[in-house]
Amino acid sequence: MNRLLPILTVVAAIVAIWYVATIWMNAQWTRDQAERAGVELSFRDIVTDTLAQDRPVLPAPHQVVAELWQLTWVEETTGRRGIVKSGTLSNRSLVHHGWLTLSATALGFAIGTGLGFLLAVGIVHNRAMDLSVMPWAIASQTIPILAIAPMIIVVLASVGLTGIVPKAVISAYLSFFPVVVGMVKGLRSPEVAQLDLLRTYSASAAQAFWKLRLPASLPYLFASMKVGIAAALVGAIVGELPVQQGGLGARLLAGSYYGQTAQIWAALFTAAILAALLVGSVGAVERAVLRRQGMAR
Amino acid sequence: MRDTGAPGEPVIEAKDLGLTFDTNDGPVHALTGVTLRIEKGDFVSFIGPSGCGKTTFLRCVAALEHPTSGTLTVNGMSPDAARQRRAYGYVFQAAGLYPWRTIAGNVKLPLEIMGFSRAEQEERVRNVLELVDLDGFGKKYPWQLSGGMQQRASIARALAFDADILLMDEPFGALDEIVRDRLNEELLKLWARTGKTIGFVTHSIPEAVYLSTKIVVMSPRPGRITDVIDSPLPRARPLDIRDSAEFIAVAHRVREGLRAGHGYDE
Repeated sequence: MNRLLPILTVVAAIVAIWYVATIWMNAQWTRDQAERAGVELSFRDIVTDTLAQDRPVLPAPHQVVAELWQLTWVEETTGRRGIVKSGTLSNRSLVHHGWLTLSATALGFAIGTGLGFLLAVGIVHNRAMDLSVMPWAIASQTIPILAIAPMIIVVLASVGLTGIVPKAVISAYLSFFPVVVGMVKGLRSPEVAQLDLLRTYSASAAQAFWKLRLPASLPYLFASMKVGIAAALVGAIVGELPVQQGGLGARLLAGSYYGQTAQIWAALFTAAILAALLVGSVGAVERAVLRRQGMAR
Repeated sequence: MRDTGAPGEPVIEAKDLGLTFDTNDGPVHALTGVTLRIEKGDFVSFIGPSGCGKTTFLRCVAALEHPTSGTLTVNGMSPDAARQRRAYGYVFQAAGLYPWRTIAGNVKLPLEIMGFSRAEQEERVRNVLELVDLDGFGKKYPWQLSGGMQQRASIARALAFDADILLMDEPFGALDEIVRDRLNEELLKLWARTGKTIGFVTHSIPEAVYLSTKIVVMSPRPGRITDVIDSPLPRARPLDIRDSAEFIAVAHRVREGLRAGHGYDE
């Protein structure tokens, strides 16, 4: 309870600010409509109208929640194309689009983490890689992902790779970096005395890696993976923007084309929920591993 | 058993040993003209102010540093070759236990690296933990133990593969005096039981005199030996030997040696 109270307080404050902002931002439209119709509006009328517009500048929280509910549970259970009536996920539902994004994120994150891990091992063990790889890794992250994403998609499509792979590549492009930086730091975290101790045993570099460097780097790895998995989700969404073949990114862009702000916000919230679940699951694995390592006190 | 010769044979022998580090401020003479003979079963303390080269000498014996002049043999071979043959166990100032391993797991580390069988690992861990009075603590993690117990575990780790030489670099320097006294007493018992040759770096005159059969007094700039004292004290030493006249006489000579080396000038 004493953990829940501060969280609920903050959520309540955000919702309150959101409602005030909704009224303030949508009021112009309401006043314009009333002026055209030659009607005088009371403050109460303005509030009622701003919270129930079809295409508001900023949809009210309850509208977003309703849209989320409509595009998940209602669509799948009662919709013509929903899973109950058709046997497959509806292409209108956020479950379907969320799954498309999630699978690309997971694949991209796996590739990115693996690549980042291998690069970090190389950087720590090979002086040439130490000097050459890191500047490129940093340079890769200074290029705006929005600029390079369409190029990746076009290049991969020209060699016949479409669908999940280009999105996963963009995810990997964003998520390998924190893993490289974190793992290099982690693999180098053992003190000189620790490495000297292994030298007194005439331990090989491989033994030093498995017995000392790798276990010492795990806390760094998990911290990096939490950043990396959130970046992977962003990458998948960005990868969906130019293609328009489903996914939360496609829903975001479609929503903004047609002024469907509630749809945008519903997709945004789905992405936020996905991100929370992903980071949370990395945290759960982290706790399990660290407990096995005896580091949980 | 490896044959390291009968008592009285040199285990560690340095002749005119020198080590110079090249730094940006010019060469630093960490060791010059160090000639020393350590015999099997000796307990040798190295004492002197910071920068006198006492740790550097120990690291040379362990082949963690390499001398730039003179000769150094360990068990009659080069330090590198001796290390390959597991001639010594090294105890650092910080216990340096892996926090992700239990005490038993930490003691097992060198055994895993050296390729001992599972059964032998278990047996050796049990034996050395008993030797340092930590039986029953094998399943604990380092953070569950006091600093003194952690250092005992790190001594057990150095003893696990049964090297004949134990090199200790200020092992009790970070501990309070009460714990240090107890560990010194236990170390002497352990030395009597195992007959190891021990090289022990310290800052403390009473510690050096209480423990050693031979005290090597060193001084800095350049790092060198100013005095080697063969202790007249008997091998069996109760704690109250420190109030005896012989003890005070040896301590006095160590202090004089340190003063002669200008160690306390600054």
